[in-house]
Amino acid sequence: MHIPEDLLYTKEHEWLRMEGNRGRVGITDYAQHSLGDIVFVELPPVGKEFKAGEAFGVVESVKSASDIYMPVSGKVVAVNEELINSPQIINQDPYGKGWMIEIEPSNPEEIKGLLDASGYKKLVEEG
Amino acid sequence: MEGLNKGEGGKKTPLYEEHILAGGRIVDFAGWLLPVQYTSIVEEHLSVRQNAGLFDVSHMGEIEVEGPDAFRLIQQLITHDASLATGNKVIYSPMCYKDGGTVDDILVYRLREDKFLLVVNAANTAKDLEWIQKNAQEKGYEVKVRDISASTLQLALQGPKAEAILQPLTDYNLQKLGFYRWANAKVAEVPCLISRTGYTGEDGFELYFDPSEGRKIWRELLTRGKDEGLRPCGLGARDTLRLEAALPLYGHELSPEITPLEAGLDRFVRLEKGDFNGRDALKQQKEAGLRRRLIGLQMMDKAIPRQGFPIYQQGERIGHITSGSFAPFLNCTIALGLVDSPYVKVGEEVKVSIRGREYRAKVVPLPFYQRSRRSSS
Repeated sequence: MHIPEDLLYTKEHEWLRMEGNRGRVGITDYAQHSLGDIVFVELPPVGKEFKAGEAFGVVESVKSASDIYMPVSGKVVAVNEELINSPQIINQDPYGKGWMIEIEPSNPEEIKGLLDASGYKKLVEEG
Repeated sequence: MEGLNKGEGGKKTPLYEEHILAGGRIVDFAGWLLPVQYTSIVEEHLSVRQNAGLFDVSHMGEIEVEGPDAFRLIQQLITHDASLATGNKVIYSPMCYKDGGTVDDILVYRLREDKFLLVVNAANTAKDLEWIQKNAQEKGYEVKVRDISASTLQLALQGPKAEAILQPLTDYNLQKLGFYRWANAKVAEVPCLISRTGYTGEDGFELYFDPSEGRKIWRELLTRGKDEGLRPCGLGARDTLRLEAALPLYGHELSPEITPLEAGLDRFVRLEKGDFNGRDALKQQKEAGLRRRLIGLQMMDKAIPRQGFPIYQQGERIGHITSGSFAPFLNCTIALGLVDSPYVKVGEEVKVSIRGREYRAKVVPLPFYQRSRRSSS
């Protein structure tokens, strides 16, 4: 199970990579593996705002659909259009090409509440 | 992300350890612990269409009906004509309640003049057993009804290469075994009922034998079939395969509220054979004209409609989805739905509501997928 050291994580298996005041969000290797073949992704419109923990999209595998939750509150400033035609990129490269949205966090304090790599590793191993 | 729970409880088939060894991801299905997939549903599905796949389907139920009145009981229970199960013919038939609703859909084997084997859905085994016994008692039929599921292991070997893989392991000349025919034979020296039936829309076999030999046959098949591209396949692929072939799944396309006529199974309902459970209700339904019917949909996006999701046309709700999934071989999303008459025509567009949004779908003819009958395997 790949868990990059330089990312932050939620208990719900999303990751966040901050660069300046923008962050990229996706789902973890553990999550894509559990889902199996991803066949459809629903992403929000650019400009939409969500609170931390709110569902911003859906990832659909053959067997089921799962909500994906915002790691922190913020506004969506970009979505990964490639996922519309090739959702399986999430399975292949969940931390790289499989990124889902880019956000501008509205309350940077919330970032401190996320798990670091070792915290997430513990969660996954004990879960 | 929601829903990453692990399954608990449930019965294990004799091949449970084999599934773990093969990397199977175990889930609970109808109270059984079985693999939903080993590597990937899409890969396993394609394997069956292109080469072959091996499924542990031991969760299915097997019920024996034996005695002087066995035929009369079966003929009363099923909608199809049991007298067609002659020689080595297998028949598929719905079983109905008095009101025409469906108890289950089953396979019927006439092993001897007075002995039948019924193969029933896993989730319905206890219910079916009770139903069969109740019917036997009410009419005072002289029969013994036995649930032999625990002493029967069932495997399904499906795909164009199935015959090539199985033939070296059996003494029976499979070229002589036609579709929906069965034979008593030996597989890897083990006595086995070989049935040329399946739930995938491909050529293939269902094998019934004693559980003590399960591991041996499972491993033999996988070893022998390796060069032909045989892989173990789980419940996930089983469902996507049957949906592409538009085969009904009890609880979705058939239920106590859905009759076989509504599910498009008219050719398995033989009103002319004489009386049977549900005959009057089905005859009435046929004569009055069906008020709703199963149709096929191809989604114009890849969003997957699931059971119960509403179907609309021109703003009006006309029915609901019974099953939906991504179809790996067809590379699109398909669904079956029950819609009210007047029915939508093939080629027309409808809308399906998925998670609060409406997605477009086209009505397509069934089945979605049909194998070429001129297969040279």
